[in-house]
Amino acid sequence: MELEAAKLIGAGLATIGVIGAGIGVGNVWAGYYTAIARNPSAKDDIGANIWIGFALTEAIALYALIIALIVLFAF
Amino acid sequence: MAEGAPAGHGGTGGLNLHPLSQFEITPLIPIQVGDLNISYTNSSLWMTIAVVIVFALMALPTRGRALVPGRMQSVAEILYETTANMLRESAGREGRQYFPFIFALFSFLLVGNLQGMIPGSFTFTSHLVVTFALALVVWGGTTVIGFARHGAGFLKFFLPPGAPTWAAPLLVLTELISYLSRPVSLALRLFANMLVGHTLLKTLGGFVFVLGVAGVVPLAVNVAITALEFLVAVLQAYIFAILSCIYLNDALHMH
Repeated sequence: MELEAAKLIGAGLATIGVIGAGIGVGNVWAGYYTAIARNPSAKDDIGANIWIGFALTEAIALYALIIALIVLFAF
Repeated sequence: MAEGAPAGHGGTGGLNLHPLSQFEITPLIPIQVGDLNISYTNSSLWMTIAVVIVFALMALPTRGRALVPGRMQSVAEILYETTANMLRESAGREGRQYFPFIFALFSFLLVGNLQGMIPGSFTFTSHLVVTFALALVVWGGTTVIGFARHGAGFLKFFLPPGAPTWAAPLLVLTELISYLSRPVSLALRLFANMLVGHTLLKTLGGFVFVLGVAGVVPLAVNVAITALEFLVAVLQAYIFAILSCIYLNDALHMH
């Protein structure tokens, strides 16, 4: 296989990792809205903490994209 | 640039549309000391601008010290109060003496990330060396604080209280790895967010040129992503600062 083709396939495969982060971010927000629906007064207590959970999970997707970029451009 | 990078941006004249070209560091004032290259680069220039902006934002509007704050003084006060709340809630009262560091870190990263949203500017937080240096300072600093406060007792941090003795070796190893990976994940998170976000904007921008009339679609997406990038810019500065506070809390209170 040519190196160029292998690079493109590898970068494509690397982006599969984004699936996990997608599920994770979905879970974060699902948990947030379930919590608020059950106990609306908890909204202020959760506050900015939800954004920490969101950002920590979202960053996982970016690791996959970094791998894709490394495969494409670094070799 | 590696040879054979995907060439999808033909026929756009002299415009350099390669998605990664925006992260190139160019020396503005070349300075060479022996083998060491300490040139004043575009990255340094934007860092200087960030420091000047933060300084101006804090120093100028608060000079009047109005009891009822005006518009700019409110901005300065909001920034101050956000950081103070963040530190108080995660590190408690003892964390207060580290407020200047956390505030400097947060405002520097916030202005740096937002600067990146100016077209044609340079995002210095999109370079791993910058974020990793900051993360290493945070990590090394909190470790030193932990040992200074608890002495050798800080090593107990790696063994969660109440854990069974037979599990100790495994737990210590796991905790140690997790502790050592802190600066890496802290640096990588900010770096990856800024790098990927800006690359995405530029890649979609390339589609706008290539597709002609149909380029309206990627243009619309680009507008939406720009809004998301503003959110990410603020959020990632906040996350970096609050994780620093949490690490500080670990060093001060051990769990």
